[in-house]
Amino acid sequence: MRILVIAEHENSQLKSATLNTLSAARHLSDDIHVLVAGHNAEAAATQAVTCSGVVKVLLMDDAVYQQVMAENLAKLVQKLAGSYSHILAPATTFGKDLMPRVAALIGVEQISDIISVESPDTFKRPIYAGNAIATVQSMDSIKLLTVRGTAFEAVLSEGGDADVENLDVVCHAEKTRFVSAEVVKSDRPELTSADVVVSGGRGVGSEENFQVIYDLADKLGAAVGASRAAVDAGYVPNDMQVGQTGKVVAPQLYIAVGISGAIQHLAGMKESKIVVAINKDTEAPIFQAADYGLVGDMFEVVPELISKL
Amino acid sequence: MKILVAVKRVIDYGVKVRIKADQSDVDLTNTKMAINPFCEIAVEEAIRLKEKGTATEVVVVSIGPKSVQEQIRSSLALGADRGIWIETGDEPVSALSVARLLAKVVEDEQPGLVMLGKQSIDSDNNQTGQMLAALLDYPQGTFVSKLVVEDGEAIVTREIDGGLETLALRLPAVVTTDLRLNEPRYTKLPDIMKAKRKTLVGTSPTELGVELNNSVVLLKVEQPVERSAGVIVDSVDALLDKLKNQTGVL
Repeated sequence: MRILVIAEHENSQLKSATLNTLSAARHLSDDIHVLVAGHNAEAAATQAVTCSGVVKVLLMDDAVYQQVMAENLAKLVQKLAGSYSHILAPATTFGKDLMPRVAALIGVEQISDIISVESPDTFKRPIYAGNAIATVQSMDSIKLLTVRGTAFEAVLSEGGDADVENLDVVCHAEKTRFVSAEVVKSDRPELTSADVVVSGGRGVGSEENFQVIYDLADKLGAAVGASRAAVDAGYVPNDMQVGQTGKVVAPQLYIAVGISGAIQHLAGMKESKIVVAINKDTEAPIFQAADYGLVGDMFEVVPELISKL
Repeated sequence: MKILVAVKRVIDYGVKVRIKADQSDVDLTNTKMAINPFCEIAVEEAIRLKEKGTATEVVVVSIGPKSVQEQIRSSLALGADRGIWIETGDEPVSALSVARLLAKVVEDEQPGLVMLGKQSIDSDNNQTGQMLAALLDYPQGTFVSKLVVEDGEAIVTREIDGGLETLALRLPAVVTTDLRLNEPRYTKLPDIMKAKRKTLVGTSPTELGVELNNSVVLLKVEQPVERSAGVIVDSVDALLDKLKNQTGVL
């Protein structure tokens, strides 16, 4: 069995979700190839070379892959697909956008968001916002999988000694034109891989009030998340949403502040090791999912917490 | 320009899902069903494009047993013009089969824009729109929170990890909706009455020339490991004590 992992990267380095995906691939086989498609992406390819289990890195370096477009990247993966038993990508917006397009081009189903590898053709995945876990078996000749990063520990970028093969397969996105990107730059850790996450909900009340959440996060070296309600209300940008349709996190410590705990939010954080809930409403459902609950006014409790840390 | 919107009947988002005792599947007997929330956002957006004069007709399509007509009718009540029902049995239809059926409808209807929800809240697959775009060789805009149609292009703002991305898709194109694209309107009683008189035609996979396959077998459905409620602490000091001395996470 030979596995192809589609790397999500920033040209200069692999995204952490790629390292989790490689870990899922290692449950299948030790014969792993990694596709790095980008522009001036040698550094990302060099990092992939060092990852344990990687035998070969396929580097497709061309200006047409400067911006990731499902339209052309799917065609590139389709051309490579025949040599592999499994093709994996992270279940991030990158992988979710790309992989079904690949699946339809090669005529197979895709299995989304796997959380375990039971055997080479059988996988577990959450359905119904994580309220049920399905075990599914794929009968397809090529298994296409997206991988939930929090379910697989990242592989180390060390110990590997793969070969790099330069590809020359330029596929143009003829019907898609990149216009712009607004990427939020932050010095805080990445939400999906942080050890500590502090999230705020509707109870925070405003964009200005969210400062106290950032202050607590910075004191703890934590990433900042939010409930859907806080994002919908415009307190924070969309990429901070934790939940069924946002990001799934599983940190060592998750602190939910002013979050009531809707099912769809719990779906995104219930794998966290320790959950702390701070809410003034004693009836808030978040307390049913928290290891430690503190009932109180967040504008008194959180500053006190910051001062005592 | 005509817009085709695909909608799915799913468990109502407010209902807690039950799992069958034999773990063969979830149990949907006597469960409240509704239009998938993301699909409803797609219908709403198509109607708004018609109200702005960008679209001339909004056609809604759904796949499943007779009961899915309810979701087509509720889309017509929101303001869609006519419906297409592709009749299948009670067995779920795979994502690729759905995409193949929809591709045939697109070939017949020739819409300028195809809109779908980004995922359904039952299977949580997030696949159909992307598969349909691939089969048609159309450009795709997934997880869209803003949509403008001008000069033969759909300008879409996508919610991606890290922020937002804007792409221009040459029409015809496939767009899948995210939560913040719009807030669907409430239907009024006269609109529900009017929807009953709108055209709804039935067809079938056989008529469309698509053979339904499913290469993914559902072996088992089980409860996730639930978190149990812990303790309520009475002060910040007590909380810090627990975190430092009992859990070691601080």
